[in-house]
Amino acid sequence: MQRSPLRDLIVGLFVFFGLASIGYLSINVGGLYYSGPSGFKLVATFDEVGDLKPRAAVVIAGVKVGQVVSIELDDILRARCELDVDPSLGLDVETSAAIMTAGLLGEKFVALEPGGADEMLESGDEIDRTVSALSIENLVGKFVNDSGLEED
Amino acid sequence: MADVFDAGVLSLPVVCLSGAVVGGTLSLLGYTTLVRFGAEEALGALVGLAVIRELGPVLTALLVTGRAGSAIAAEIATMVTTEQLDGLRMMSVDPIDFVVSPKALALLLVMPLLAGLFIVFALAGGYMIAVGLLGVDGGSFTGSMEGAVKFWNDVVGSFSKAITFGALTGLIATYRGYISEPTAAGVSASTTGTVVIASVSILVFDFFLNGFWGV
Repeated sequence: MQRSPLRDLIVGLFVFFGLASIGYLSINVGGLYYSGPSGFKLVATFDEVGDLKPRAAVVIAGVKVGQVVSIELDDILRARCELDVDPSLGLDVETSAAIMTAGLLGEKFVALEPGGADEMLESGDEIDRTVSALSIENLVGKFVNDSGLEED
Repeated sequence: MADVFDAGVLSLPVVCLSGAVVGGTLSLLGYTTLVRFGAEEALGALVGLAVIRELGPVLTALLVTGRAGSAIAAEIATMVTTEQLDGLRMMSVDPIDFVVSPKALALLLVMPLLAGLFIVFALAGGYMIAVGLLGVDGGSFTGSMEGAVKFWNDVVGSFSKAITFGALTGLIATYRGYISEPTAAGVSASTTGTVVIASVSILVFDFFLNGFWGV
């Protein structure tokens, strides 16, 4: 087998384009980006998270600013979510967190809404004002109860 | 290098062309169904998920098996028939190290790269058909695709499938070539055996990868 520079070049180009296509799929289509954990952690405790999952987006005014790191039960059986958000935002202590749904049946995400306080949240702080996930089953249940369809 | 060239670069035209055509077909097929529900914006999600999760790795593996796996089996089987491997052994060169394993490794390396190119061409083909021919909005096509495809579930799963299939094809092709009878019938039997066994085991492995690991 003799050496052939042209063939080696073509093989190199092939490998390059193959890796480039994998990179394109990962970053553009798959949405992989690694900024690393920002190190700015907030805790929000909800009564009901629905099907919120770790790595779900955290948004402010529709703009993604972080993600959910973990969801676990705390000692009074509420869902304790750890959020990793951009530290440069300067969120104040009156910030509220709500679990919203993208579209009617889409994915759950956490929406933050800044308040008007002067005091800022520090990393590790807890967001006091939270709005739980809206569950369609519960809504329908309430509606059925209120409308008296279930009365004997 | 020579093995990567044979298995990878020479498979490029068939893989790219098939990719583009498969993407276009999926767009046409998905559009006729989705448009009944007024959901043609979801076409990007459909094409993206189908191509990345299933069709990309599986079809690439089948194409590469037919194109490169059979060639490798035939080459090794011919070496057995013409006693080239015995010649290597006489020079105390291990034919496994010198002939067999480079070819198997080349297939293992080439498979994820070709799968990536197949997927990119399929997405491009699907996009062109959807946007150019069917009049779906380009932004909603890519938007729904990017919304539906997740890196950890779909892209990583896709390439771990491709690597598994590359290993499978490499092992089966080289093994079938290596154990072939040193006759003309033996060469043809090993080529046929490679394509049949590798194709079936790719589909079976795909089923079990989906079922057990949800890849």
